[in-house]
Amino acid sequence: MENIFMDKYDIIVVGAGHAGCEAALAAARMGKKTLMFSINLEAIAMMPCNPSIGGTGKGHLVREIDAMGGEMGINIDKTFLQSKMLNTAKGPAVHSLRAQADKNRYHVEMKKTIETTANLDMKQGEVVELIVEEGRVKGVITKTNTRYDAEAVILATGTFLGGKIFIGSSAFESGPNGLAPAKQLSDSLRKNGIMLRRFKTGTPARCLGSSLDYSKMQEQKGDEKTVPFSFMNDEIGENKVPCWLTYTNEETHKVIRENFHRSALFGGQIEGIGPRYCPSIEDKVNRFADKERHQLFIEPEGLDTDEMYIQGMSSSLPEDVQRDFYKTIPGLENLRIVRPAYAIEYDCIDPQDLKLNLESRKIENLFCAGQFNGSSGYEEAAAQGLMAGINAALKISGKKPLVLGRNEAYIGVLIDDLVTKGTNEPYRIMTSRAEYRLVLRQDNADLRLTEKGYEIGLASKERYERYLRKKENVEKESARLTETTFAPGEVNDFLKNHGTSPVQGRVSMAELLKRPQISYSDLAEIDNDSRPQLSYHEVTQLEVQIKYEGYIQKQLTQIERFRRLEDKALPQDMNYDCVEGLRIEAAQKLNQLRPESVGQASRISGVSPADINVLLVYLEKKRRSKN
Amino acid sequence: MREDTIAAIATAAGEGGIGIVRISGENALDILKKIFEPASKSIKNRMLSYGHIINPENGKIIDEVMSVYMKGPHSYTAEDVVEIQCHGSSVSLRKILELALKNGARLAERGEFTKRAFLNGRLDLSQAEAVIDLIKAKTDRTFDVAMNQLEGIFSDRIRKIRENLVDILVNLTVNIDYPDEDIEEITYEKLEADIYSVERNIRKLLDTADTGRIIREGLRVSIVGKPNVGKSSLMNALIGQSRAIVTDIPGTTRDTIEESISIRNIPVVLTDTAGIHSTDDLIEQIGIEKSKEAFNNSDLVILMIDASSALEEEDFEIIRHTGDRRVIVLLNKQDKGSEVHKDEIHIKIPGAVVIESSVTQGDGISRLEDEIENMVYGGQVSQGENLLVTNVRHKNLLEEGKKCLEDALEMVRIREPLEFIEIDVNRCYEAMGEIIGETATSDIIDKVFERFCLGK
Repeated sequence: MENIFMDKYDIIVVGAGHAGCEAALAAARMGKKTLMFSINLEAIAMMPCNPSIGGTGKGHLVREIDAMGGEMGINIDKTFLQSKMLNTAKGPAVHSLRAQADKNRYHVEMKKTIETTANLDMKQGEVVELIVEEGRVKGVITKTNTRYDAEAVILATGTFLGGKIFIGSSAFESGPNGLAPAKQLSDSLRKNGIMLRRFKTGTPARCLGSSLDYSKMQEQKGDEKTVPFSFMNDEIGENKVPCWLTYTNEETHKVIRENFHRSALFGGQIEGIGPRYCPSIEDKVNRFADKERHQLFIEPEGLDTDEMYIQGMSSSLPEDVQRDFYKTIPGLENLRIVRPAYAIEYDCIDPQDLKLNLESRKIENLFCAGQFNGSSGYEEAAAQGLMAGINAALKISGKKPLVLGRNEAYIGVLIDDLVTKGTNEPYRIMTSRAEYRLVLRQDNADLRLTEKGYEIGLASKERYERYLRKKENVEKESARLTETTFAPGEVNDFLKNHGTSPVQGRVSMAELLKRPQISYSDLAEIDNDSRPQLSYHEVTQLEVQIKYEGYIQKQLTQIERFRRLEDKALPQDMNYDCVEGLRIEAAQKLNQLRPESVGQASRISGVSPADINVLLVYLEKKRRSKN
Repeated sequence: MREDTIAAIATAAGEGGIGIVRISGENALDILKKIFEPASKSIKNRMLSYGHIINPENGKIIDEVMSVYMKGPHSYTAEDVVEIQCHGSSVSLRKILELALKNGARLAERGEFTKRAFLNGRLDLSQAEAVIDLIKAKTDRTFDVAMNQLEGIFSDRIRKIRENLVDILVNLTVNIDYPDEDIEEITYEKLEADIYSVERNIRKLLDTADTGRIIREGLRVSIVGKPNVGKSSLMNALIGQSRAIVTDIPGTTRDTIEESISIRNIPVVLTDTAGIHSTDDLIEQIGIEKSKEAFNNSDLVILMIDASSALEEEDFEIIRHTGDRRVIVLLNKQDKGSEVHKDEIHIKIPGAVVIESSVTQGDGISRLEDEIENMVYGGQVSQGENLLVTNVRHKNLLEEGKKCLEDALEMVRIREPLEFIEIDVNRCYEAMGEIIGETATSDIIDKVFERFCLGK
């Protein structure tokens, strides 16, 4: 059938989830005429699973997305229900912000932003075909036979692509949350040489809050002092609702065990690989048989709905079994399920088929992000969407790609892990995946990244100026604290009152701040000097920088060493079979993955330190024979 | 390009009167300044300077040396290079190298100086292949090594240590990355006990580094006794060929003579010492000093006594010198008479093995070899199973691992946040992995999910 040409864009984004939204906004904000497709515009920034943003590692990603000029942080600040800084008993590097979101408002606010962003169009429609000419993407064709041309296309199809839902023995083609799946695009991708595989994830049931007995659960409140995600905000207001904690018991496990055979997971219907950190309740009961109870959180889905999310209890068991086991749980005896738990399987690629700028190795100007790349989680998706949007815009402007290093951002760790090491399950970020955790903190994401975001034309001038101001205020105040000193007589009472030992000689305020018992606000008691008015973000930064100076310095030295190999570029047209001295296994891997730097090569499994030395010698040889 | 500083022995093992320790990298001069005391007050670029290598920890003199500092790029590697020329004995070289490593250098990999020289533009293209060969040789060798049985025991120990470290890391990781889960919180008390226990195991392995050295460099045996008691003859008998000068004039052997031999497959470094006696002869005096030094460094002393005449004051003096060292006494020259009885020796040196011999006739030699073998494998000198740490690189990595755990323990004691402690424990885990060539990092995350029930 003849396709009707509709329009021409610089960049087309397929999908409007967390990856698609960031990609589209980044591209449009960088001045590219952008079109974002969604099968249903109600699915824009939809949260089909847990109603929260952030958490360990994930919270770091949100801060980084925000620092670069992305939207996720601002949007959750507008729509949060409850905010909590996790891990505060531990050090500042692993403090992680998490906020419960009002799902519907999150969607509405994001949609509003998309609607009002210059250069950005959105369109309801299913993309069924990629137009590829001479190895280069040219546009897309929709189900209604319309054609849209573009210089670059970003795929962010999430669980829509080839989506299939499993509940007990029933299985049906579906996108998330009962939305229509994208059925034809997979074939078009395969035709163009893109290999697809199946991953799986799942979500628990939603029930009505009015059917729950909260008196049998423990209330989980947010922090007294809420903290914004976005560096653009100083205040975000009060927490609005609590969450609730309760536990499974032997009865629950008995019901589940007796019905193992009815689970789609054990029945063998599901071929996709699910993530280990997000197991279904039947998986938990099966694998950790000796665990007497599993905890679950009851979390609100929004202010305009009575629906509650049962965190910790995803399942692919049939609906009657779901009802039976949920009801064994204290507080859930009379629960009324309004949406059953389900498992969902979808098409995705092997991220090792991508370059570090998230462009396909097979099709030029085709960029990929989110679950399509084998990751899991809203934040991981958004981070990739942002980078795919940025790099698509840079590429079609003929500019150098922006690749964040493992030493610069969790975003860098995430993408390097996916592209260099690949993944056998939906990939989730963890702080332990980062080598330089002490430097990659959520409190300094702006200091690490806002300049980069501004340089490529993404972060706004306002954001950049805020960053400069913060940097200057922190530096100035840090210098003042170092210069202002006290005699023992002036501070020893103060120190005694805060339960810390007195000093013998003169001491600076900075030295006092290094003590765990003393905070910056405590210092106000002895601070006679003109003390500046600092914002929350500034105070946090100041405290962390001074208190942990020694450790941070140590890590910065390690980073400098790490960068030596990262900065050595490897030519993309190199034939590794011709590099004398390289082991065959290494040469094969290098030919397949085409690392962009010697550092990246060193992280490929099967490439040994000796191979790296051979590469270094080879590069030097080549450089000299050129001269 | 800034590189770390590397060091290695640059001369071939077991040869030559002079040995060279080479240090290359930006800290080369700093390291030299820490361990070298020049006779003239300053160290000048590209000028040989005479002085002593001193252990900065205790001020002890290690050796008398010539050293030269060559500022980059005018050096072999085009980096700052220091070369220390010392006496060629492996003991001296090893000690100087260890000092350099303790004071900030890393042990160079095979071919690494050459590699740096090439990468920094000092070698021409034709030499690039040679560099690759060196790197390749290293890889091939690593595969051979696994065949060795002792290495097998050693790797098992390291694997065990790594398993224990993984347990700690898994607990740290799950506590850091899953604060909201229903899992046991790690306590500082448990952390301290766990880290301490691993640190102790590393220390135990390091303690074997010395016995391991016996396998690598040989058991250090010195032969002592008054002049003309037959020391050189014994040495010749053990070597099986005449090398030391043998005469009947007392004091003919004027210097220590070191010989690497194999007794029942045990590598032995045999030192024949000049007679320890007072003399006016300057050269002989130097010899005597050297004898004493060799004597002080030895693992085993063979004390020779002339059985054909009664014990003299000189014998008593030597006996006093042996202190609590392991001693085998040869009552020699049995063919000429037996004026000295075994019991006399047992009274003077309780626990000593006494052998009646006549070295020139070949009597008692095989008995002596039996005893040496017994001592090594019978657990008196060292226990076979403990001969594990045989390699400076391994020793170094173990030292590094130990240091990391000590730092971690210190942080545990002052209750620093878990993620700081994790860094040091993780570095120790990596160092242990480098010893046995296992560097995968994903195994910790795998174990986290294997052991803990996590997730929504």
